[in-house]
Amino acid sequence: MTAVAGGVRALARIVARQDGRGGTSLPVLDGEGPLALRRTRSSGAEARVVVVGAMSGPLGGDHFTVEADVEAGARLHVGSAAATIALPGQAKGEARYDVRLSVADGGELHWLPEQLISARGSDLHVTTRVDVGASGRLVLREEQVLGRVGEEPGRLSSRIRVGVAGRVVLDQELACGPGAPGGWDGPAGLGGCRAVGQLVVVRPEFADAPVAARVLGDHAAVLPLAGPAALVSAVAADALRLRGLLDEALEALDSLG
Amino acid sequence: MSRAALLVLADGRFPAGGHAHSGGAEAAVKAGRITGAESLEDFCRGRLHTAGLVAASLAAAAALGVDVVALDEAADARTPSPALRTAARKLGRQLMRAARATWPSEELDAVAREFPKGAHQPVVLGVAARAAGLGAVDAAYCAAYESVSGPASATVRLLSLDPFDATAVLARLAPEMDRVADRAVEAGRAVVGGGVDELPAASAPLLEIGAEVHAAWAVRLFAS
Repeated sequence: MTAVAGGVRALARIVARQDGRGGTSLPVLDGEGPLALRRTRSSGAEARVVVVGAMSGPLGGDHFTVEADVEAGARLHVGSAAATIALPGQAKGEARYDVRLSVADGGELHWLPEQLISARGSDLHVTTRVDVGASGRLVLREEQVLGRVGEEPGRLSSRIRVGVAGRVVLDQELACGPGAPGGWDGPAGLGGCRAVGQLVVVRPEFADAPVAARVLGDHAAVLPLAGPAALVSAVAADALRLRGLLDEALEALDSLG
Repeated sequence: MSRAALLVLADGRFPAGGHAHSGGAEAAVKAGRITGAESLEDFCRGRLHTAGLVAASLAAAAALGVDVVALDEAADARTPSPALRTAARKLGRQLMRAARATWPSEELDAVAREFPKGAHQPVVLGVAARAAGLGAVDAAYCAAYESVSGPASATVRLLSLDPFDATAVLARLAPEMDRVADRAVEAGRAVVGGGVDELPAASAPLLEIGAEVHAAWAVRLFAS
């Protein structure tokens, strides 16, 4: 971690590899400062890692990067100990949070961090890029909460791009808060909801048997993408209801096999 | 180029089937999110800066001669709702038929052969603009304008909204349409050198979710 004029730069890296005994080892597990990493009890073939926020942030001017590579046949589950809160900070300028994930053939990644909360006055740009091999598997959850309870949100933009076998199957950006292009909170965008989330599921079997589109009430839908992947998109009044919708959708996807 | 060709292509009476689609307005009206001119404006503004910007950028890139297969894949990746992908291809096919009859061109024929079930409408729009002798900025304006004129005219029918009020909404959005068209042309030019990842990917969650809610209805006035 380095503190530079204008903010903190922090990098966390994880490499997950088959250990040859039916489990997954972590030859690289490097985190620092706000991105400290802890390995927790494994379950079966899967290695589990928790991102432990050792300080608050990202603040204005900070730049965090998290990279995880799941090698062939390895299985990794990453969560976080608490929600991430974007705060204004003393340095001027936006904060950046970049997530770079790759899943090789036969690998599986569950990327399930807690919510990202955009506090008043913050300005955060998140990019998430995932590359999944043709027989790789992914479950990725993103949840954005606009403001703490009763608080106006900051500026938040979040772009996610997911490629499977070299083809981009999802590329979308959400921009909200003060300074975002107009209408973000209106009847086409969030409709006044304060929590918005996505769940991306990539499974090779979706190539032959894509999931059927379905709606979960008026504020969530399971969307089969153009490729072996599905997106669950949901908006809700608050973080708790959003999590309920995403959990319900994931259960529905799991019950398909 | 002929400036009048732009009026022909952008005319709501151009026989490309757009009148059968509400651009998400029908779902938003039913859900109580559009109730009058003010909420229609907010809806249109949100659509313009998301789906409208993406469509205008695709159209601009296609008008600049970027590979349509790559653009069509990029459109798929930016349209998670299968109902919206189906609608975009259907509209693309209808526009293709009208454009080929209006401005016969080798390029349009080639795209029609490549996509027998239709390419995404903004991609076809860009190629049609080329065939009509128009440029990227014209294609971008057409797409940006369509992204709001469709919901506005649909809402006149859905809510019996005063047509004067709906047209005033469009007029108030004009300066923002200019900015979106400018950004779209910039993005289209960036794609020429840098590939389709340069395209914007702005999204509007309730447009995507609402499209699926709408597609599940047994009876509806508009196709999307």
